[in-house]
Amino acid sequence: MTDTLSEYFTVGDPIADTKAPDVPIEQMWTKHQFDSALVNPNNRRKLDVIIVGTGLAGASAAATMGEAGYNVKSFFYQDSARRAHSIAAQGGINAAKNYNDDGDSTYRLFYDTVKGGDYRSRETNVYRLAEVSANIIDQAVAQGVPFAREYGGLLDNRSFGGVQVARTFYAAGQTGQQLLIGAYQAMERQVAKGTVTEYSRHEMLEVIIVDDVARGIIARDMVTGEIETHLADVVVLASGGYGNVFFLSTNAMGCNVTAAWRAHRKGAHFANPCYTQIHPTCIPVSGDHQSKLTLMSESLRNDGRIWVPKNAEDCEKDPRDIPEEDRDYYLERIYPAFGNLVPRDIASRQAKNMCDEGRGVGPKVGDFRRGVYLDFASAIERLGRPAIEAKYGNLFDMYSRITGEDPYQVPMRIYPAVHYTMGGLWVDYDLQTSVKGLYAIGEANFSDHGANRLGASSLMQCLADGYFVLPNTVRDYLAKPQARITEDHPAVVAAKNSVTERIDALLSINGERTVDSFHRELGNIMWEYCGMERTDEGLRKAIDLIRSLKDEFWRNVRVLGAADTLNQSLEKAGRVADFFELGELMCIDALHRRESCGGHFRAESVTEDGEALRHDDEFAYVAAWGFGGEDGAPVLHKEDLNYKFIELKQRSYK
Amino acid sequence: MELTLKIWRQAGPTAKGEFATYEVKDISPDMSFLEMLDVLNERLITEGTEPIAFDSDCREGICGMCGLMISGEAHGPERTTTCQLHMRSFSSGETVTIEPWRANAFPVIRDLVVDRTSFDRIIQAGGYVSVNTGAAPEAHSVPVPKEDADRAFDSAKCIGCGACVAACPNASAMLFLGAKVTHLGELPQGQPERDSRVVKMLDEHDLQGFGGCTNIGECSNACPKEIPLDVISTLNADLRKAASRSR
Repeated sequence: MTDTLSEYFTVGDPIADTKAPDVPIEQMWTKHQFDSALVNPNNRRKLDVIIVGTGLAGASAAATMGEAGYNVKSFFYQDSARRAHSIAAQGGINAAKNYNDDGDSTYRLFYDTVKGGDYRSRETNVYRLAEVSANIIDQAVAQGVPFAREYGGLLDNRSFGGVQVARTFYAAGQTGQQLLIGAYQAMERQVAKGTVTEYSRHEMLEVIIVDDVARGIIARDMVTGEIETHLADVVVLASGGYGNVFFLSTNAMGCNVTAAWRAHRKGAHFANPCYTQIHPTCIPVSGDHQSKLTLMSESLRNDGRIWVPKNAEDCEKDPRDIPEEDRDYYLERIYPAFGNLVPRDIASRQAKNMCDEGRGVGPKVGDFRRGVYLDFASAIERLGRPAIEAKYGNLFDMYSRITGEDPYQVPMRIYPAVHYTMGGLWVDYDLQTSVKGLYAIGEANFSDHGANRLGASSLMQCLADGYFVLPNTVRDYLAKPQARITEDHPAVVAAKNSVTERIDALLSINGERTVDSFHRELGNIMWEYCGMERTDEGLRKAIDLIRSLKDEFWRNVRVLGAADTLNQSLEKAGRVADFFELGELMCIDALHRRESCGGHFRAESVTEDGEALRHDDEFAYVAAWGFGGEDGAPVLHKEDLNYKFIELKQRSYK
Repeated sequence: MELTLKIWRQAGPTAKGEFATYEVKDISPDMSFLEMLDVLNERLITEGTEPIAFDSDCREGICGMCGLMISGEAHGPERTTTCQLHMRSFSSGETVTIEPWRANAFPVIRDLVVDRTSFDRIIQAGGYVSVNTGAAPEAHSVPVPKEDADRAFDSAKCIGCGACVAACPNASAMLFLGAKVTHLGELPQGQPERDSRVVKMLDEHDLQGFGGCTNIGECSNACPKEIPLDVISTLNADLRKAASRSR
C-alpha cells in the first residue's frame, strides 16, 4: 500500500474462513452438516434466538428455527412482518432444477454466480447456495406460493440476464411479494404455536457483547419509546442492505444500516462496503422533493431502443420532433454486438456519461437533466401495439402512473439508480460474523454475490440462508450454550446507557437543519463520488466532505419531539448518523481497491477500450474492515479468495 | 399548485385528536401524495412544529404500509396506494382532508399511523399451509392447473394495506380474509386445512373487532390491487361446506 493511502486506514492481520471441510466441493455441505453438533429437541426450547428483520432471510429463518423448537424473538421496524423490503422484488428466483433440460446443473449455477460476481465471491459459499437452491422451490410450492404455471400444471421458467439457461421461477412481476408472504405465513404459524414472538415497530439499536460473545440486543419500542433489553443465546441479523446511504435508491424508505453498523462498531468486520449495484432502468428523478426511485424491469431493454439527442440544444424538445439523424443511439453505436442489451454496469455508466456531457433529457434537477430515452416507437411499428401491451403492459401502466406520460406515445425516460449492496457484514461458511454468537444472513452479509449480483439471485440467497443454511450452522454453536447472564451485567447496562445517551444527544442538539436535508446532501456526495464511477481524487474529496457534514450534523441537526413516543424524525436521525460513518468507510474501501470489478468501477483501471479492468494479482481478496475506534482509522483485514474450482478470467462484453 | 390540507393530529393512542389546517404552496403535480407530505413536514420542522407522523415504506405500491383516508376515500381519488397517488390528481386551490384509517380494530397510534397487527392475528389463526422446512415434496410432484394457479395468484396479490376495512361502513375485513382463503383454497397444498382455516380465521376476525359483511362492495372498489368481490363468495361457500362437514 502506498503512503498516500495510509492516512485513511491501517492494515491488520489477514483472516481466513476455515469452516468448510477440505473435501471435494460437492461434498462439503453434507459433511459439514454431519460434523456439526446437534441440539436435542428438549433443549431447544430453553435456547433463545434473536432475529432482526423479517425479509426473506429473517422470516424464513424465524419460521425454521421456530419449527425446530427454539424460542425465537423476531424484531422489525415495520408494523407487520409482511412488509419487509423483499416484498418489492419483481423478477424471480433462480434455482438449478433443470426442468427445461437445457443443461442446467448445480455446478452451472455455481459457475454463473461466481463469474457474474466478477470473481470476488467465496467459492464454498456459492456452491452451497447453488446446491440448496432446488429445495427452496419445493419449500415455497408446498407453502402455496402461486408461481407461474404451464398449461400442463407444471412450473414455468424464464431466463434472466447473464445466463444461458431458463432457471428463473416467477410469480408475474411480484415474485418477492409471493415468496415473502409464504415465509411470513410460515412464521405466523409459529407465532400462533408460541415458538416465535414478534416485536413489531421495534428497532435494534445496539448489540450486547459480553466477553467477546454476542448475548442480546438493545431495542427501542418505536411506539412507546421504551429502551428494552433482550438477552439471547444467539443473535442473527437479517436486516438487509444499505443502499439508502445514497438517499435516493430503489430501497424502501426505512431500509437502513443501523443494526449492521452497530454490530460493526462492536467488533463485527464489515466486508466490501464499496460494492454497490446500480440498476440502469429506473424512472428518473423528477425534482428535489423526490423521496425514492422506482425500478422498471430490465426486460424492457429487449425491445426498447435507448437514445439521447446528438445536440444538447435539442434536449428540451419533444422527442417526437427530433429527426432520426439527430438521435444518438449510443449503446448501439458504442457496443454494436450487444447494443441495448449490454450488462447493467455498462448501460448505467454510459447513461451517466451522456447526461454528464449535457445531453440528458427530462426535467432539470440541479444543473443536470438526468434521463435518457427508452423508445418503443420502432417496436410498436414493427410488432403492433397489442404485442407490446401483452409483453410490457403492466410496466407501461406503472410508468404512466408515476410520470403522467403515455409511453405508447412518448418515449420513456430512464436513469440508473442504486439498487442492491453486495457488501455487508463479513461472515464465515457458517454465516457467523467475526463476533462469536452473532450471525448475519441475506443482504446484510457480504457472502455470495461477489462484486456484482446476477438478477433473480438475491431472493435465492436470502431464502437459502434462512431456510437451509443458518438453521443448520447455528446448531453447532448452540450445542455448547454460554453461561446465563442477567440484565444487570455491566456490559448490558453499558449497552443500554449508550443507546439512551445517543438518543438524548440527538434530541438536545436543536439546530437549524432537518435530518432529511443532511441525508440528501450525504446522498449527493455518495452518488457523485462513490456511485457509478470512482476516482482517487473524487473519493478523497468525498471523505473530506462527509467528515465535515457529519460534524455539522452533530452540531446543527434539529430533531423535535420526545423520546417516549412515536418519533419518526428521531428514528431517521439515528439511521442517518450511522450512514455518515458507513459512507466514509465505503469511500475508503473504494479508494483502496484500485481496480474495477462488478459494481465498483475505478476510472483509473480500464482496458484499452474503456472496459472494467480487474487486478487479480493485487485484489483477489475480500476487504473485511475492522472498526478502528471512535476517532481511529478502520483496520483492513484481507481474506484471500482462492479459486480452486473455477478459473479466473477477464469478463468481456464485446 | 396550492392546497389547503386539513390533517388529523393526535399526539398518542389516548390523546384527543383534532384537525389542523395547513396551507401548502409550490406543490409539483409530479410529486406523490406522500412526497407532498414530506415537503410539508420539512417546513413544519423548520418552523418548530412536530412533523406529521404517517406510515410508508417501499413507496412503490407493494408493501402495503401506507394508507390514508383522503377526502373520505381510502388511498384517495385514484384506485391505487397512497404512495402511487400523485398530486396531478388534485387541482390547485382544493381543500384536502387527510385522516387515518378509521376502524375499532385499527387503533390510532399517532396522527395518521394506525395499528394493523389485528391482520397478523387473523393470519396466525390459519392463513398458512402447515409444512415444516425441509419436509416439502418435489415441486413437480403436484401439478396445479394453470387456471387455479392464476386465480390463486390474483387473490394472493393482497398487500394487507387495510383499505378494504377503511372503506367498509361496517369496518369489516372480509375482503382481506376472503383473499387469503381463496389464495390457499385454490391450490392443492391448501386443501387439507381448508375447512379449519376458514372457521378459525373468521372467528379471529370477529374477535379482533372487525364488523360483519353486508355485501356493500366498497372494499373491492377501494382495493388498490383489485381483489375481486367474489373472494367473499368463496369464503362464504367454504364456510358453509366446513359447517356441513363438521356435523
